[in-house]
Amino acid sequence: MPDAAAGTPLHIITLVKSVPDAQLERRFTEERHIDRSEGVLGELDEYPLETALRIKETAEEREIRVTALTMGPTGASAAAKKALQIGADDAYVLTDDALAGADISATSTALRAAIERIQQVSELDAQLLVVTGMASDDGESGAVPAQLAERLGVHLLSQATSVELSEGRLVVTRTATVEQQKVSAALPAVVSVTDQANDPRYPNFKAIMAAKKKPLTELSLTSVGIGPTAVKPRAQVLTAEPRPPRHGGTVITDEGDAGVQIVDFLQKERVL
Amino acid sequence: MSAVLVYFESVGAELTSAQQELITLADAVGEVQVVTGSTTSDAVHALALEGVHTLYTGEGEIHAPDPAVIDLLETAVQETRAHAVLARNTADTTDALARLAVRLDTGLITDGVGLSHDLRVTKSVLAGSYTTTARVAEGRPLIATMKPNSTEPHLVPGGAPEIVTLPVTAAAAEQLRVLERTPLEASDRPSLTEARCVVAGGRGLDGDFGPLEELADELGAAIGASRAATDAGWIDHAAQVGQTGVTVSPQLYISAGISGAIQQRAGMQTAQTIVAINKDEDAPVFEIADFGVVGDLFEVVPQMVEELRRRRS
Repeated sequence: MPDAAAGTPLHIITLVKSVPDAQLERRFTEERHIDRSEGVLGELDEYPLETALRIKETAEEREIRVTALTMGPTGASAAAKKALQIGADDAYVLTDDALAGADISATSTALRAAIERIQQVSELDAQLLVVTGMASDDGESGAVPAQLAERLGVHLLSQATSVELSEGRLVVTRTATVEQQKVSAALPAVVSVTDQANDPRYPNFKAIMAAKKKPLTELSLTSVGIGPTAVKPRAQVLTAEPRPPRHGGTVITDEGDAGVQIVDFLQKERVL
Repeated sequence: MSAVLVYFESVGAELTSAQQELITLADAVGEVQVVTGSTTSDAVHALALEGVHTLYTGEGEIHAPDPAVIDLLETAVQETRAHAVLARNTADTTDALARLAVRLDTGLITDGVGLSHDLRVTKSVLAGSYTTTARVAEGRPLIATMKPNSTEPHLVPGGAPEIVTLPVTAAAAEQLRVLERTPLEASDRPSLTEARCVVAGGRGLDGDFGPLEELADELGAAIGASRAATDAGWIDHAAQVGQTGVTVSPQLYISAGISGAIQQRAGMQTAQTIVAINKDEDAPVFEIADFGVVGDLFEVVPQMVEELRRRRS
């Protein structure tokens, strides 16, 4: 088949998340939600963005738009702005009080509605490809891409280490539980990529200046057409306790018998 | 008693330690039913255990990324009326259970380390800095993935379970087709996430994992590595322990030549006992090690191996 899809535009929507900086202390709020009042673009979200940009850069003839979508508190727009600096064409920020404490189910429900809304307003009449990281840097469930694919009714290709478009089909190398698989799928699809997929670029000064002119649109649940009951969490956190900090034990300097001393310690601790 | 459905990607002649743990956890909260997309002929013997009632399979092999895996799970839930579905926390099973939760309109809880009688799941979050308990909304089945090393397996041999073939077959390959399969490198060592003991090396190894391999062999341990070591290409990326790699919670974690920056600690600080060897006395790993040695790992580790052998003989 000749490249029938070449004439159809492609809309790549990458999910990016504003997450608390892992270098700083992260905590839960009194409502037992992860405190996301201050955030940075999740490191794992740089890889899907790079995947999207490379697809766009290698497809010469095809019209491709790369959109960054984030969902989170008011400050989450920082992650969307960073995505614009890295190279996304436009960005959307879904913010709503009803989304505080959203679980996997609520998150995927809201993102599905946002994606469908973005497709409507973009007037591209394009094929859809959603690209995500392997997990968020804070919740770390890695389950949102699968739920999103299920809700959108599209293919899921998770844990991808390479993503290419070939004759209108996706060709993905992915790491399954016991094997590596090369998988081909028709669009539309949701693909999650690992941190082995590429080396993400850094925005340069020119890109940072250019990003200021790119469109950034705020969305609410009302504007994406769903009510607060649709995003009622299906799982609730009942308790969230800080783990008692680990304390260092004995530290010795090797004077020629440290190997023996370690074995003594292991025997005393009954871990051998 | 209500049924608990346990999903295994495959069942072979012997259950893995993680599979044994899942059956132990499930047995404590209900009548155990097992569902899998892939069995060998001796799988039924592996599951001849007290408390395991039925083994559900599809018609023929069904593997990820085939969405028929979710059809199989959904059919098994309808058949058993299970009030909980449990599986390991691999990426493929997480995908399957996540999609099942959408179909059943219920909650998903991932990476549990404990399960109570009233189906509350305990988990360790934010890189081990918090412990949470969570449950799904009232009146809905619990869907949860559990981490290995969460419980001590306790199984009693019993009669063979009944085998029930559900009317689910692999999906047509036109839309989603697996073009190639390459088995991941098999090792005689236990897998990193399931191992009771992990020996991990970093920049200080300077490319030579030899001494750590000897120690791992002596301890029956899995080998892990810091990102510095995997990025340098000294060892496969799959061995990476840390924020962007694997999270392990073994009984014993031995860290050699790893400074223990926060990204690394995120992957191992829930280990029961941590031993660290590093030549830099200011290495942050000593802040969390139960026993630390400031010294040259190329002298300390071989001496450990020698001492372990001496005591064993």
